Amino acid sequence: MIATESLSKRYPRVTALDRLSVDVTPGVTGLVGANGAGKSTLIKILLGLSPATEGRAAVLGLDVATDGPQIRSLVGYMPEHDCLPPDVSATEFVVHMARMSGLPPTAARERTADTLRHVGLYEERYRPMGGYSTGMKQRVKLAQALVHDPKLVLLDEPTNGLDPTGRDEMLGLIRRVHTDFGISVLVTSHLLGELERTSDHIVVIDGGKLLRASSTSEFTQATASLAVEVTDREGELLTLLTGAGLTAQASGHLLLVDIADEATYDTVRDAVAGLGVGLVRMEQRRHRIAELFIDDDTTATREDAPSKEGDGRDAA
Amino acid sequence: MTQPEVAVPGGPAAGAGAGTPPDVIHNIGYRNYNGPRLGRGYARLALFSQSLRGAYGLGRSAKSKVLPMILFGAMCAPALIMVAVAIFADRTDLPVAYTRYAVILQAVITLFVAAQAPQSVSRDLRFKTTPLYFSRPIERVDYVAAKYAALTVALFLLTAIPLVILYVGALLAKLSFAHQTAGFAKGLVSVLLLSLLFAGIGLVIAAVTPRRGFGVAAIIAVFVVSYAAVSAVQGVASNQENYDAIGWLGLFSPITLVDGFQTWFLGATSAFPHAAGPANAGVGLLYLLVLLAVIAGTFGLLMNRYRKVGLS
Repeated sequence: MIATESLSKRYPRVTALDRLSVDVTPGVTGLVGANGAGKSTLIKILLGLSPATEGRAAVLGLDVATDGPQIRSLVGYMPEHDCLPPDVSATEFVVHMARMSGLPPTAARERTADTLRHVGLYEERYRPMGGYSTGMKQRVKLAQALVHDPKLVLLDEPTNGLDPTGRDEMLGLIRRVHTDFGISVLVTSHLLGELERTSDHIVVIDGGKLLRASSTSEFTQATASLAVEVTDREGELLTLLTGAGLTAQASGHLLLVDIADEATYDTVRDAVAGLGVGLVRMEQRRHRIAELFIDDDTTATREDAPSKEGDGRDAA
Repeated sequence: MTQPEVAVPGGPAAGAGAGTPPDVIHNIGYRNYNGPRLGRGYARLALFSQSLRGAYGLGRSAKSKVLPMILFGAMCAPALIMVAVAIFADRTDLPVAYTRYAVILQAVITLFVAAQAPQSVSRDLRFKTTPLYFSRPIERVDYVAAKYAALTVALFLLTAIPLVILYVGALLAKLSFAHQTAGFAKGLVSVLLLSLLFAGIGLVIAAVTPRRGFGVAAIIAVFVVSYAAVSAVQGVASNQENYDAIGWLGLFSPITLVDGFQTWFLGATSAFPHAAGPANAGVGLLYLLVLLAVIAGTFGLLMNRYRKVGLS
């Protein structure tokens, strides 16, 4: 879908992308990075709107430097910021955008009706967009990116400004864009947590550099652990679990147990029951973006800022 | 997400008619689009027609149709009156020359530019819709050309339709066909250049003022202040009987630029004091060059402006 090769973008005073080489395969790919990590710059380059300082990039096998218009007719883009004029209705707006993508008038109308229905906008699509909620606006923004049935959509922070329910709905919708519509997705976020559940692959960039790119399952295996809290005798439990062949460590009153497989849950349950203590909680816990960074020595210093953002998602 | 599932409505009523299959609404799910993708030229045309319609409030709210339609009426009404006069008063010529008409009604044209240029480009900037356009198969030049052409055509319609009314009226009044046709043709050339010039200046100002109110005010200011200043200084020159200077001064405001150009090239009677106009062929040619340079220059400035806007 997307292939970049030591792609760099330097502005007079900042380096937005630094020799970035990634391969994005079909499916949903999450692009994670803190604000200013170079996500939006990458999208601009991929759409052929901003020339790279060095390196090459190809989208759908087309070179971004020379085939910009052709790429843009096959790719959808949902910007991070507001982009909807308040005095026109969603239908009129999306029809116009469909025509801007080259769809003939009749097809533009049909596709608009279909797409708005698929993103979950019904009667309100005839009203001026100025009166829409943030969630509805995000849906219209997604609809205009999908209306010309692209092969790939680039979604820049689609969950921005949404409440927890809105986020979940948007993430579900993004998942469906791939599973039901067959359109590959590149979705950016500064929250790893929310992309883990939606994406097949995760690419983490920071300061314009590639930190990590792998499939979500690898991520989850590497990062999933179980937090266990019991009423008493944590020390004995820890010994029991370690004795059962699990990797576990104490963290205050909590025990963090690495999840090896499904049987881990049973082992913990049996061990707690055997000790005859009360089990206060047992929850799956993902490592936060900060802990990912610690894996890479080079970026250990950046752990603070993104970890707070990671927490925000978990709390939500 | 919420999606209509397969539904079998009708219930007992539908079931009653034996042999008739019950009405079924199928959930057809997502359909891929395999039809034609018409590409860049078509997208440019779509943007042009949307902008042109928008200039007259078509396809927008009823409220936004009010002003352009009033101005359009204000442009046409005097032409209708003149036609009535020509027909019933048995005159040998129209009361006002074709080339003079737009100059007399310049205030209406200025208001139209001031209201519709920001409508065309400031809204896209203000609501950040421009990135969506540039994420489509069009290029920067397509956007600028479509917007420029749309406002030019909108202005041309505003200024040329009254001339058509005058011309048709003149023919109905059985005025000299050859004379009227020549005058009408010159009038069309004049308002075409005027439309290009006014559209360019209006769009450049609107494109640097995302707030629509400021854009409107700035455009009115530029047109009115420059015209007032040129007229005032021309008045002084006229008092001093310095007629050459009057001709030179006309270069410095949009409407006098058109006036001086048509005085020299189209044989129009100048609206300058003493109908001075450009003094000689050199100055006359200079009017043409300045006119074309401003039109090209505004296009260049717009291109430059959108270089920065890009995606962010």
